[in-house]
Amino acid sequence: MSGTAIVGIAELPPRRSTPGTTTLELLAKVAVAAVADAGLDHLQIDGLVCGPQVGETPQHVPATVAEYLGLRPRYAGMVDLGGATAAAMVWRAGAAIAAGMCTTVLCLLANSRDPAAPRRSPNRNPIREFDVPYGASGANQAYAMVAQRHMADFGTTTEQLMCVPVKERENAQLNPDAVFHGRTITLEDVRRSPMVMAPLHQLEMVMPCGGGAALVVTSAERARDLAHPLVAMLGAGEAVTHRALSQAPSLTTSPLAAAIDQAYRQAAIGPNDLDLLAAYDCYSILLPITVEDAGLCDKGEGGPWVAEHDFSIASRLPINPHGGQLACGQADLSGGMGHVVEAVRQLRGAAGARQVPNAELALVTGNGATFSEEVALVLAAGER
Amino acid sequence: MSGEHDEVRVPQRVSTPLTAPYWEAAEKGNLLVQVCIDCGRLQLYPGAVCRGCWSEHLRWRSVEGSGTVWTTTVAEVPGHPAWRDAVPYCIAIVELDEGPRLLTNIVGCDPYAVGVRQRVRLVRAGDHEPGPPLRFMPC
Repeated sequence: MSGTAIVGIAELPPRRSTPGTTTLELLAKVAVAAVADAGLDHLQIDGLVCGPQVGETPQHVPATVAEYLGLRPRYAGMVDLGGATAAAMVWRAGAAIAAGMCTTVLCLLANSRDPAAPRRSPNRNPIREFDVPYGASGANQAYAMVAQRHMADFGTTTEQLMCVPVKERENAQLNPDAVFHGRTITLEDVRRSPMVMAPLHQLEMVMPCGGGAALVVTSAERARDLAHPLVAMLGAGEAVTHRALSQAPSLTTSPLAAAIDQAYRQAAIGPNDLDLLAAYDCYSILLPITVEDAGLCDKGEGGPWVAEHDFSIASRLPINPHGGQLACGQADLSGGMGHVVEAVRQLRGAAGARQVPNAELALVTGNGATFSEEVALVLAAGER
Repeated sequence: MSGEHDEVRVPQRVSTPLTAPYWEAAEKGNLLVQVCIDCGRLQLYPGAVCRGCWSEHLRWRSVEGSGTVWTTTVAEVPGHPAWRDAVPYCIAIVELDEGPRLLTNIVGCDPYAVGVRQRVRLVRAGDHEPGPPLRFMPC
């Protein structure tokens, strides 16, 4: 898949609510911004990849979005891999281009949000039948159980987990678009925030938001003539192992390990080559497991590693300079795209006040359900 | 707000013709797992095929219901509002001695006292007790 480049990026800043707007309207806004960023005309978009739009458009999503945007794509699809959706879109777009199906793909995610009218989709699947009756709804309990096992097996401490949101908030002070810009927190703040699912406190969990993000993907060949420095996809990996946590092969090694390993091998790089880690972070426990699965430390050492590591742009390996989703807010699936967008921004050298010096190689991770559906991308500044 | 609170109901049990025997046995205090007639693999949750060898030749087997806590959490803020009055309660995944794992509640103890690798055993709910018929408690 070398030869795939990300040439356009856009984000709508995550906000607690997006009153009066539909998801389609947000998709349109962010699509226009991403195609403009790429310096392209919308008539040059001949591929479209969307995500699920719970409650608004249950079926026929790509056709609905294409029609709304006046697009007539030669390749149209939907990716439904939770928080890994954005990263998964990038390699699929590259594959569609390499297969000759299209030349330029718009990858599009958004979610309108009205906290007063939550959209619930009634499930009729094994989780609904075998987990929900025990008061085990939603993601919080599942990530809490992952954290609990990591603590039991490796001695990971609550303090080590709590320092993740503290460090990400610190990074977000250089990101005016973050929901928590201007609001740093201390370990004591995290400790004093409500216990939601032991051992996870409220401040160790993402803030649900509305918003959107988009990427334009094309061939490296076409990318050379476009406005921005080329950001190439050097490698990708994907692994899906389960949906219900009871069926997970392991609670402490995630499918990210296999996905990242494949992405490294495709890119012919290793963990020591990275200049930037854009790590999916819906909960504090994501970071220790991600750095272990990325080979940045041994299995079980992720707790002390994240506690000691400098996440800032001054670090030898900055993590989520934009603040990650823990500080930006999670605009549904587009929150995961925020990690891709930030990596592209950094690799372009266009991150402004939070630019990582000499950022050439980034690992981006995406995580869906509970370490269930995982994607890793290795992105690079320029072609190799 | 309290009116709204009162209207939140516990989601009704769902089952299919395939899974109905599991719940019927559970009502009587028995835990069933599926056994693959072709490869011998045991599985929970029950499904239409063996997730190991894809055989459709499955039968039910009753198990004793002893196992160890694979992992656990204590719900202080439930994921569904119908459980608001039940907090704090323990959600756990139990690995049965026979191998299969299932999500459950550990009852009959301080939810914060439940730990990974703790031994637990099956317990049947009382006749008029709300919620699932089978849960686990410390040995």
